[in-house]
Amino acid sequence: MNTPSNLKYTKSDEWFDPSTGAVGITDYAQGQLSDIVFVELLVDEGEEVTAGKAIASVESVKASAEIYAPAAGKVSAVNKGLSDKPEILNSDPFGEGWMIKIEGGSAGDVMDAAAYVTYCEGRAH
Amino acid sequence: MATIVEPTIFELSSPGRLGVTMPASDVPEVALPPKDLLRSELPLPELAEVDVVRHYTKLSKFNYSVDDGFYPLGSCTMKYNPKINEDTCRLPGYLFTHPLQPVETVQGNLALMFELQDWLKEISGFAGVTLQPAAGAHGEFTGVLMMAAYHKLRGDTKRTKMLIPDAAHGTNPASVGMLGYSVVTIPSDSRGNVDLKALEAACDGTVVGMMLTNPNTLGMFDENIEKVIALVHKCGGLMYGDGANLNALLGIVRPGDLGFDVMHFNLHKTFSVPHGGGGPGSGPVGVSQHLVDFLPSPLVGIIEEGDDDTAPLYGFISPKNSIGRMKAFHGHFGGGLVRAYTYIAMHGPDGLKAISQYAVLNANYLQARLRDTYHIPYDRICMHEFVMEGQFAGSDIRALDIAKRLMDYKFHPPTNYFPLIVHEALMIEPTETENKDTLDRFADALIKIAEEAKTQPDLVKNAPSTTPFGRMDEVKAARELVLCCWLPENYEEMV
Amino acid sequence: MTYIPISPKERDAMLKTVGVKSLDDLFEAIPAKHRFPKLDLPPALTEMEAAAHLADMASSNENVREHLISFLGAGAYHHYVPSVVDHMLRRGEFFTAYTPYQPEISQGTLQAIFEYQSLMTNLTGMEVSNASHYDGATATAEAVNLAFAQFRGKRKKVVMSPTVHPQYREVIRTYSQGMGIEEAGDNSNVDLEAGPESLMALVDEQTMLVVVQYPDFFGRIYDYTKLIDDAHAKGALVCIVANPTALLMLKTPASMGADIVVGEAQPFGIPLWYGGPYLGFFTTKKSYVHKMAGRLIGETVDARGQRSYVLTLTAREQHIKRERATSNICTNQGLLALCASVYMSTLGKTGLQQVANLCYQKAHYAASELSKIDGFGLCFSEPFFHEFVLCCPKPASEVNQYLLDNGILGGYDLGKDYPSLANYLLVAVTEMNSKDEIDTLVEILKEME
Ligand SMILES: Cc1ncc(COP(=O)(O)O)c(C=O)c1O
Repeated sequence: MNTPSNLKYTKSDEWFDPSTGAVGITDYAQGQLSDIVFVELLVDEGEEVTAGKAIASVESVKASAEIYAPAAGKVSAVNKGLSDKPEILNSDPFGEGWMIKIEGGSAGDVMDAAAYVTYCEGRAH
Repeated sequence: MATIVEPTIFELSSPGRLGVTMPASDVPEVALPPKDLLRSELPLPELAEVDVVRHYTKLSKFNYSVDDGFYPLGSCTMKYNPKINEDTCRLPGYLFTHPLQPVETVQGNLALMFELQDWLKEISGFAGVTLQPAAGAHGEFTGVLMMAAYHKLRGDTKRTKMLIPDAAHGTNPASVGMLGYSVVTIPSDSRGNVDLKALEAACDGTVVGMMLTNPNTLGMFDENIEKVIALVHKCGGLMYGDGANLNALLGIVRPGDLGFDVMHFNLHKTFSVPHGGGGPGSGPVGVSQHLVDFLPSPLVGIIEEGDDDTAPLYGFISPKNSIGRMKAFHGHFGGGLVRAYTYIAMHGPDGLKAISQYAVLNANYLQARLRDTYHIPYDRICMHEFVMEGQFAGSDIRALDIAKRLMDYKFHPPTNYFPLIVHEALMIEPTETENKDTLDRFADALIKIAEEAKTQPDLVKNAPSTTPFGRMDEVKAARELVLCCWLPENYEEMV
Repeated sequence: MTYIPISPKERDAMLKTVGVKSLDDLFEAIPAKHRFPKLDLPPALTEMEAAAHLADMASSNENVREHLISFLGAGAYHHYVPSVVDHMLRRGEFFTAYTPYQPEISQGTLQAIFEYQSLMTNLTGMEVSNASHYDGATATAEAVNLAFAQFRGKRKKVVMSPTVHPQYREVIRTYSQGMGIEEAGDNSNVDLEAGPESLMALVDEQTMLVVVQYPDFFGRIYDYTKLIDDAHAKGALVCIVANPTALLMLKTPASMGADIVVGEAQPFGIPLWYGGPYLGFFTTKKSYVHKMAGRLIGETVDARGQRSYVLTLTAREQHIKRERATSNICTNQGLLALCASVYMSTLGKTGLQQVANLCYQKAHYAASELSKIDGFGLCFSEPFFHEFVLCCPKPASEVNQYLLDNGILGGYDLGKDYPSLANYLLVAVTEMNSKDEIDTLVEILKEME
């Protein structure tokens, strides 16, 4: 499992890059979902979001999930290309798989990479 | 292994080949509509009748069905579908009556519907029944709309939450979602009952009601059912019963007597309407007295009383505060209501009770035979089905593998991965129409597979190997999305 | 009688294995005071008695094959069904199977429904068809759900032509009660002169969906291309409710630019059956497939490399998406989708074109003869297919009663849904109506006082 140390993480498996405002789903999340076949962004550029608001909906061959904003602020960019290539969420969740950017935001309830790794290990059954 | 793939009807087509043709026109010919209103081509197959028969016959042989063998698909009640139903539902008087005919000309249909409404009320203990809903989920939506209308008419507008146990079928929350209500999930306790503490905490003035399947999808009859219903009623909520599991309760207990306010029936489970490879079903809904005015419109009623010499005149009536119409016309009359009517008429009160007694006996028998081999997380006397775990300590064999391996033993697998609260769930519903020998062979197969999981795990993981088709590439299907086919490209030039 | 194959001896052995003494002991979890109610139902019939009883009830109906000449349509049509259709449907392998959740042993159903999807897309010209809805009315309501989901609730207005089937509009109203949707155009006070473009007056930036019918409820054929262009310019989607028999002859809704094409496929091999079960078809563009409700079958390969079929994009559906799913539909009309497929393949392109042509020719003959009767006339001059509106010299309800007294099921009394149209009769003619029947209708109406 890949967990870049410069990112912050949520309990609902989103990552947040405090330096760029980018948001996406974690490697752990994409692995749990397995093959992702559909992603729909639920917010538009310029929209204000609060931490915990649903920003995207993802469907794989066997599961579906809502993705929540890890931080509050204004949506400064959305990754429009994602909907044509949802499989990028599996292959490059921290890179090309970014979903939106939140500007000027204050992070909600997030943890650092080490805490997130422990949290994920605790969930394996 | 040699490929056995059957071409599609588009691939089987040949230009100019004729099937069933129509008589010549017997009226003077008139011009067609202007050309710009006509289609330029009709790219549909051309086959002879024998081609069609062989094609569908071949396809049918790729299917496993109740007529082929044991089909213990939990929650689906795959009982034997009596052949007589296929004859009664095709009587010309039913086949060839138009839904908008004057009621005077269809008294036979209306009498059947009226009587079926009465029978379903008697079986379930409800005061009113609509036959309109097309399937279980459609019945749920009907029921939830009535619950909403009931609160609304009372001016009770703060209610927006529906309580749904974690073991519930997906249609329950989805029905609630269609009204924009939110769902509050209520956990189950260690005996498979609704967790009363959690329920009590969730009950407040914002509750629309609760949707409960009882027996639930673990096959457990809720031991505190009266307390559960009392809690929901106390906070002003209504109690919805998902009747998918009614096959356990015929002549055993009436949900209306227990205090349920609404319930849908699945005529395609409990009352032997065949599942048809996915449908059609039929999902009538029963309601208690305080909801009868909200039933969908129209209902079948008596519009002119009869007397000793004349039958009453049946017709349609509209409940006072009806939620409206759920579908066009009057429900799944021919394929649903006539079959169910035939089935109930042939069972009578004692026959119905026997159905549930034996459905429950068969499930408990299988549970007893499998208890030592498979872990059964909620282990007590079950109703018409039970759930066990399809996994073994120290093995990576999963429920899916066991399900697939059962196909090699010529059985349809149980429902797997549902309910969601059991890991690697295998949900087994034998129904009352299976004999002891079949149940024994099925239990033996499952015990053998448990053995194979240890000794020959690859055999189980690569199963099935004796069916015409192997496991499917579901990722390819979802990524490439080939959802239809066409005539071949150079079709017109083909010979 | 029952269908329980367990002997008393076997039962006792099984009870012993379970560890209880009697069948009734299995039910101790049930509150004692409600346990084992006495059901007040008629005593059981044997098969022989049940067959006779049901035949008796059925024969007290007057049906359109044996007793009545029928010109009644309005959403359900009497067509010829080739013999093969029911022979295929009666194969237990098809009708006693469940939804094809286990593809290895359900390829028969899966391929048949994949072919059904293909037949419907080729018929409508659309890109995607689902595996069916309950009927034409609920399929139309599901189009509203699709649009609502597509706009994520940000647009909330649906504009319905008043000449969409009245029961379909009723179902949309029922379905949308909880969604806060505004319905416009759903008006029983129709302006008979207004063409489809007049609907545009109601379409605005809040409009998610425009719903029209083709041919419309009065039988009129309109080219909706302009309406669709204009609606698209406002950002709205357009749904066409189409009659499948008419589509065999007419321009496809796809070529007009429709986003969703739905309808009732009962005319394709399904008996009248007093209103159901029928077959709602639902087709759309590929770009809306993720918001479409219902099951969907896709092509793939199995582990042995064989072409095969599976249920696909299932994460859209209720069992995975639960309260976030577009719809709660689970059981659909699978066997009737098979029915429509067998019907379409047995008649094939030529037979189907013959059916459409016969409907068209006979309806036009009927219309022309009827309009020659004193006091009667055609209400519209627009092209029509197999259904048209006849203006009568007195209320349609009286005309129908008079016809019924003469063994004829007249048309549909439009006054039931449109108060200003009390003297208007909607007449349907199919290949089942012979010239003699049409002439009889005309003769009888000529004699009406
Ligand atoms: C427990 C339960 N509830 C509801 C349903 C939905 O019924 P239907 O498929 O008839 O819509 C099912 C069917 O699978 C079920 O098992």
